[in-house]
Formats: sequence, structure tokens, C-alpha cells
Amino acid sequence: MTSQSAVLVGGGHNGLVCATYLARAGYKVQILEARETVGGAASTISFAPGYQVSGLAHILHSLSPKVCRDLNLPGAGPGPWLAIDTISLDRQGHHLTLGENSVSGQGLSDKDLKAYPAFKQEFLSYAEALEPLMMNKPPRLKDMDLKDKLTLARLGWKLRFGLGAGSMREFLRVGGINIFDVLNEIFDDERLKGAIATDAIIGHHMGPRTPTTVLTYLLRLRGEIGGAAALPLGGMGQIARMLSESAQKAGVVIRTSARVKRILVDDGRASGVELETGELVNADLVISNADAKNTFLNLVGTQELDAMFARRIHTTRTNGNVAKIHLALNGLPSIEGLSTEQLSQRLIVAPSMRYLEHAFNHAKYGEYSEHPVLEITIPSITDPELAPSGHHVMSICASFAPYHLKNGWQQDDLQTGLQPDLQNRLQEKERFLDKVTALISDYAPGFASRVVASQILTPVDIEAEYNITGGHWHHGEMTIDQSFMMRPVHGTAQYDTPIDGLFLCGAAAHPGGGVTGIPGHNAAQRILAMGAR
Amino acid sequence: MVHFRIAPWLLEKMVVGENSWQWLTGDMKNYDAIVIGAGHNGLTNAAFLARAGLSVLVVEKNDYIGGATASRELHEDWQYSNCSYVCSLFRPEIYQALNLGQHGLEVVPLQGSTTFKQDGDYFGSYHQTTVRRREIARHSIRDADASIRFDADLMKWCRLIRGFLLRTPPDPASFKPRDAMEFAYLLKSFYRLTESQIYEFIRFFTMSIAEYLEEYFESDVILAHFSGGSIIGTGLGVYSPGTAYVLLHHAMGDIDGNIGSWGFARGGMGSVARAIAASFESSGGEIRTKAEVAQILVESRRATGVVLNSGEEIEASVVISNLDAKRTFLKVMDPKDVPDDLYERALNFKIRGSSGKVNIALDGMPDFPALPKGSPLTLGHMHFTDTLERLERAYDDWKDDHWSRDPYVDCLVPTQYDPTMAPPGKHMMSVFVQYCPVEVEGGWTREKRDAFGDAVINQIANYSPNFKQLILHREVRTPREIEDEVGLTEGNIFQGELTLDQLMFNRPFPGYAQYRGPVSNMYMCSSSTHPGGGVMGAPGANAAREILRDLGKPNTVPEDFGDD
Repeated sequence: MTSQSAVLVGGGHNGLVCATYLARAGYKVQILEARETVGGAASTISFAPGYQVSGLAHILHSLSPKVCRDLNLPGAGPGPWLAIDTISLDRQGHHLTLGENSVSGQGLSDKDLKAYPAFKQEFLSYAEALEPLMMNKPPRLKDMDLKDKLTLARLGWKLRFGLGAGSMREFLRVGGINIFDVLNEIFDDERLKGAIATDAIIGHHMGPRTPTTVLTYLLRLRGEIGGAAALPLGGMGQIARMLSESAQKAGVVIRTSARVKRILVDDGRASGVELETGELVNADLVISNADAKNTFLNLVGTQELDAMFARRIHTTRTNGNVAKIHLALNGLPSIEGLSTEQLSQRLIVAPSMRYLEHAFNHAKYGEYSEHPVLEITIPSITDPELAPSGHHVMSICASFAPYHLKNGWQQDDLQTGLQPDLQNRLQEKERFLDKVTALISDYAPGFASRVVASQILTPVDIEAEYNITGGHWHHGEMTIDQSFMMRPVHGTAQYDTPIDGLFLCGAAAHPGGGVTGIPGHNAAQRILAMGAR
Repeated sequence: MVHFRIAPWLLEKMVVGENSWQWLTGDMKNYDAIVIGAGHNGLTNAAFLARAGLSVLVVEKNDYIGGATASRELHEDWQYSNCSYVCSLFRPEIYQALNLGQHGLEVVPLQGSTTFKQDGDYFGSYHQTTVRRREIARHSIRDADASIRFDADLMKWCRLIRGFLLRTPPDPASFKPRDAMEFAYLLKSFYRLTESQIYEFIRFFTMSIAEYLEEYFESDVILAHFSGGSIIGTGLGVYSPGTAYVLLHHAMGDIDGNIGSWGFARGGMGSVARAIAASFESSGGEIRTKAEVAQILVESRRATGVVLNSGEEIEASVVISNLDAKRTFLKVMDPKDVPDDLYERALNFKIRGSSGKVNIALDGMPDFPALPKGSPLTLGHMHFTDTLERLERAYDDWKDDHWSRDPYVDCLVPTQYDPTMAPPGKHMMSVFVQYCPVEVEGGWTREKRDAFGDAVINQIANYSPNFKQLILHREVRTPREIEDEVGLTEGNIFQGELTLDQLMFNRPFPGYAQYRGPVSNMYMCSSSTHPGGGVMGAPGANAAREILRDLGKPNTVPEDFGDD
């Protein structure tokens, strides 16, 4: 048992997971969270009196079964959440329902109906082949330690013998390309292709034609290894509550409303943190749940870093593209051809890959999508607690709403360098919100009149509210050049950093974003393996 | 006496390639090897086979050789290099091994390039490094400093990649010692890099050119200027991951050991083909034009020859296709000879055309007022797209099956160097255009083709007031024309997209990257194979090495010069 102390900067879900593992190993762990509640992006908020909703992440699809087992959460298997299918909305009412291994919907060809399960199986097997990379620190490509060699060996074995020569070749072929070409090779139906491609681009600065969208799809898909996507009862905040309970049980001290101002470094070694209040907290280890830019450029400061390293951190792409929208409704919207039970599933507006590509085109030029891609849930159907009786809450992820809007989103968005009048900037948010409600009305006539209260969080708001640079879900784009042994950048991809005693445990680290707990888990393993170093 | 009996298969092995089929079968139309298509790769391949003593016939559907490496008189007294237009990648190893110098190939290095800005200014990327840096500084001091680091990094990756060009890619799923050793070689060359260099290389390989350059440069025009090379010939935009590598694909050529420099072939690109053909014939090879192959003959899973459209059959022990992967497996092979999975792959092979070409006969040299009087920059490439956004929007048009309304053009006037291509005082302008789709909404018509041509002409005319008056003749080629005339499917200049799924051991298809076809004695040598498109000759040479290896013949293909 060690008697070392560790302080965590930020109590997001990954921070909680990491802290729990360390506390169980005997560390004296303290979490310092700037917000009033822990959980970070996994939160439940009240955006209007009586209306509650998942604050940022709203669908659970990849909480690691191992983490759940280790922390004895009811995670592996049935938990306080309900599995949901994806329903792709169609204007003519010919909606598609995509389950784990089957797809149904009017007008689907037999070819597509047959191809879908085969496609899912094939790609799930790719995702599983990557598993050795997921639950371990990403191996270095030179000067590997034994663990790295083992990881690579297991990866090679799974590719060659797990998949077999044919599938391995196919995996190496599609691994680096775009989902657009892959889906065109396999499917005919535009709705189906659009629905599948959505999983590859949502949350990223990518369209279906963007190479590497196959990889992002696989990373999304691997969540399904542990079970289908699910809606947590009581909102994502419940997950945070579960995690913080198990953390406290393990002896972790959690301090909320304690914003860290900087990480203290004494000749190359982290010695603790300073709070905004000026209070100093000393610790043997400092573990940052914050994103890389925040950690290194703000909290540590470039004077402590090698210039090339600082430059790499500076050039990582961390601008978010998704706006989170919360609507309070005075009744259920009626969508032709959907039962109430179906309304409680994951609804998406993604009629075709061309639609997605056009939505993305705008993001490239600092505009929001003329016709956005939507991921919609109405959690209050299965969880009436969330809204006054008879009323409902709708949670929407709307793409694309780039962090850098040409005219800026609002007053605290000065990075764009432009200074149009404040009025105009406030209007941009409203305009986008109106676009989204109008778009939903196309599918649910009279929808707009049901909205009694609304909230929209652009990436700029998300940055301010959740302290995520660029308001990016994943703490940084999940492109190959920012993944695996290059996440967030090479030189700090194995959770330890150039600063001794300072570690990363958030989504900025491998394997990236999503409410998975894996970065926290891997970071803890790494810290325990390295000991006091 | 028993000892004198020789097994038939052994007998065959002994006579293959010894020009001895004639007396064996008495059939005169009978060769050791037939190469389908007289493009530069087909000719290169044939030349190396002939040098090994094989009797080789090259059959070509057109009445001229060279395929996309041709110069043709399409307007009286004007020679158009109407497809490929610069000689940047041709492997010096091949140039020397085939004595192309002696056979009349002369490559003149190009003098830099220019991007004209909408505000009337310009950026000149001069050939001389120091001058170029001073010019960059005129637009951004910071970028001038960055360019030093950029040049060094790019050179590093060029050197690394060039080592792989003249090698056969290993099969990652194979356990053959040869593949294992090749992998070991690749690993070794990577391990010469430091760890962070390895990561930087992976990043370079997977990033978009725009994001890669944005890590170095800040000035719009400089970002746009250096991005251009990365989209030439691809169905990708400057913001598409993977395009940084394409830049390399264009930059890694070298002339007189001067890496990254582009050159003209004196007499037009046709002289490249002519020189290789001359070298081929000097070692006894035969070429037949106007001889289009209808099908590759296969008996009991062995290629035995070809049958021409005329119905004439020509036998050969080895058949090599210089056609792109789609044509090879979907057109000139009987589907029953192609395994289903391979047929599927060929159908899905990404080979979409994205480029157009406009060739123009000019009454004189157009003025470009933005440039200082007598500036040498008109001798090089001229571009008219000055921001990344304009480049990307040009791509967006193509994605929607429309030619770019604000096209990216690579404009050259080779007659300034090479008066042999046009009458005295007159000029030939070669304009490469990105993007132009294979199919437009409602299909191509004459009107639409002209509209596309006008979009290109106007783009140039915006920067040259007297340009339009000087035009004597123009040839507008969409991917359609390029396919119909040259035989490049969908007019794709690389015979297949240069994306990760179609590079190295994936080119053209996983499991078929070692130049061997699905039936024995059948090979591929086109740009659809590793290392891909560009007037490089490497695919043809690599294929020849594999063929000679299988025939147990001495290798005539040179090794890579390595890092000089």
C-alpha cells in the first residue's frame, strides 16, 4: 500500500473512474471540480423550472464493461437505463429502424436487409480486433516496454488470426478510408446509408466523404460490444452519481466549486495545484481530467514545456461542431407512423449521405448547417420524473454548428477576431435554434407550437459551461493523426507527460471521448505501473 | 537410357523465353510476352523484358503510342501534350538503365510557379530557394521562417518514400519469407527515423494538406499555393485527410538529383514514350498500333495469349496488362477467369475522374500584368486560386456532380522553352483543371463541355486581359474524352485514387499487389499497381522484375539508387 497523495484536476466521469482505482490502490485522492457537480459532460441539468435533461452527453453507448465490473456498477448487463434502437426519420413516414443486428423499414431492398447484419458483424469484428489497443496505453513505436510489445503482439494476433487473412486484408483496406465509399459498396438505400454514416460523423469535423470516417465509425461501434445504446434513467447525471458514490466509497475526497488556477511545477516535477482562491493544494501526483490545451497551455504554462511539444499541443484540432439543444414541450410531438414507444428511441434526421455532406460543407467555412443533422431523444417518455406531468423534454444534438462561426456566436466569442454588433451575434444562436425547430416541424407538424421553453448550447457555450477547450465532445478531433499513440500528441500519449508526476486521464487521452471511463481506467493502470516516478 | 527422358513441364520451362517457340510449334505469331497497351509503363515493362532476351510484343489500340504520355498535332503545326504535361516523377534509375538520354529524351527543369491573387498581387515560388524565401517573406515573415522547416521536413519524407518506389510491396497477411523480409526492410528504414519522426511521418501520411500546412504557414496565398499539388488528379479536397501524401506524390520526383523539381520533356511528353519505345526496339522488341485487345486468352487457369478486335489471335507465354484494374478485370478478361471476390473488388475499385484538361493554341504569349515586366515566373506553373476556401469550394462543386465554377487550374506554356512544339512566335498552353466530374447532372453535352471550357478560360482571362484574343484553337477534355481516347477509366490520371485503401500492399487490391494476376502467366504493370500514377515508370519496372523472377531470367531492372 502506498501512502502517496494524488490530486485530480476536474471531476468528469473519467476523473472519477481514475480516482476510484487509485484510492483503492491506497492513494490519498482528492478531486477538485470547478462546477457545482461532478461528472463533467455526464450531467443532468434543469434548463427550465420543472424540466430536467442530460446536460451534454445524452446517450450511453460505450461505458466500459470492465470498468463497471471493477467499480461494481450495475453497468455490465442491465442497469438503470433502457436499451434503445435508432430510428431514422423520413418525410414520407417511411422511417427506418436500425437495431443491433437488424434493420427494418418500408422500401428496403432484400439485398440491403440481408447485407445489414453481415455488415454489422464484419465491422463489429474489426472493432473487436482493435480491443487490445483500447484497454491499454497505446504502444510506443520505438523503445517499447514489455506491455507495449504485448499489446502489439495481441493486436497482430487478433488481426491475423482473430479476423483471418481475408478479413484482415479487408480491414487494412477500409481502415483508413471514408464511410461513404464503404457504404456505397454495400448498400443501395440512401436513407440507410445516411443513418449509418451519421454514427461516423456525429461529434466530429467530418462528412461521410472525409477519409478516416470508417475509423470513427468503428470507435463508435465498439461501444456495442458491451451492449446496445441506452438512455440512462434520470439522465446522464445518474451515471456521474453512481461513479462518485463508488469513488467516495473508495475514500476519494470530492471538492466541488473548487476551480484550479494553475498546476504547480518545481524543477520539472508537478508538486500540486493552486486554486482560484489562492489556496495551495500539494500532492505527490497531479492528474488532469482537463483537455490537453487547457492542461498544458493554461494550467501548466508553456514556460515549463519544450517548444516543439508546446507547438504540437497548440496545433491540435479541438473545435467542436455540435450544438446541444434542450426543449420543454407541453405535449408529445406527433410524427406520422411513430408510436409513443418508438418516439422514446433515438431519433435521427439524416435522410441521405449527400444530406450529411451538405450539412458538413457549411462547417468548413465557419457557417452552421442550412439543413442540420439531428440526434433526438425524448427521455421524459420513459422517465416522467424529468418533466411536469403531461409535459416532455427533448434533447437534441445538432450538427453542424462550428465553434468558429464567421460572425461569431455571442459576446464571449472573441477568438474569431471579428467584432460584429452584439445584437447580431445573439441572433445567430436564435437563428440556428429556429432552423432546428423548423426542421423538426417538417416531420412533426405543429411542433413549434409545443415548445414552451428552450436552451441552446453552442460549442462556445459548452466550452464556457464545461471547461472543454473548443467545446469539443471528444476533447479533440478523432482523426488518425490525433489518435492512438498520437493522442493528444506524441510525447504524452501514454497518460504520463513531459512533467514528472503529471498525468492525463480525460478524453484528450487515448482512446478519446464518449462516456466510456476507459481513459480514466488506462491512466490509473499507467500511474500504478509507474509508481512514484 | 531412361535418363534422357525429360518431363514435359521441365521441357516447357527450358524453352520458355528462348525464342524457341517458333520451331517448337511452327507458329510465327508467337511471343514470350505480350504487353497490352503502349503507355509509358507498358513500354518500360516491355523494354526490361526485352533486355532479358525475351521476344516481346506491345499491342496498342490507338494509332499512336504513349497512352497518356503523348504529344499530338491536333491543330496544324501545334504539338499538344494533351494529357500528361510535365515529367516530374520519372525514375532516374530507369532513365539510365534504358539509356533514354541516348534515345532522345531530354528533360528541361521547370522554373518555379506562381499563384495570382484576386487583389492584383501574386506569390512567386521561385526555383532558387533563397529567392523563394524572400518572396514568401513579402507575404509573411513568419512563413518565411516556417518554410525552412517545411522544406526540410518534406525532403525527409521524399527521401523515405522514394526508397519504396522500385520495390514490390509485401503482403501483410502472408508468411512467405520474402514478404517477411520485405516487411523487415520497411521497418528498418522506418527505424532509421527517431521516434518522434515516426509519429510525424504517420501524421503526414494521414492528415489533410490544409491542416498539415496550417501547422507551418499563416498566409492564405501561401497555404493555397502549396496545397494545389495535393488535389491534382484526386477526388479529394484540400481538407480531406490523406491529401498531404498526394503532395509528396507530386513532389518526390527528381531531375538531375534535384528532388521536387518538375521538368518538361523536350518535344512534349510524346518524346518520353518515343524514347522508351526506341530503347525497347533497340533490344529487339516489336510494337503494333491500331491493335486493340478484345480478350486475354486463358486455358486451364493459364494465360496463353490475346485475341484482337480483328479476331486475330496472338499466343504468348506471358501476358501483361498495362490497362487500369477495371479494364483489365472487367473488360479484357472473361468473367469466368476472374475469381468472384476479385471481380467484386474491381467493380468497387475507386478510379473516379476528377480532372479536366484544356489545351490551347495561342497566337502569342499572353500578358499577366500582375507580374513585374520580364518576370521569369511565366516560365513555370501558373495558378489562380489564392485561398484554401476557394480550393475546397471547387471540390464541393465536384462532389455534387458539377465542374468547379471557380476551378483550380495548373497552367503552363511549354513553348517558351521548347519552340519545336509550335510555329515561331506562337505558343501552346496546357491547362490542367481540377475539378471536373465524369458525369454531370443530366450527362455531358457539347454545350456543357464548352461551358466547362469557358469557366477555365475565364479563370485565366481574369488575370490576362489579352488572353482571349490570342486563342487560335482550344481542345477541351473532360474525364469522358480522356477515357474514350486514352482508355483511362473515368479519365482518372492515376488509374485509381491514391487513398490509403489503394496504396502499397492494397494497390490495386489486397492480395494482388505483387503484379501477378488471378491466373498464372498473367501480370499487371499499369499505374493501377504500386507505386501508382504519374509518369514514373516504376510500376512497369517492378512488374518486369517479378515476371523475370517467375521465369527464372536474370533481372534487368535496376535497384533504387538509394539516398544520394
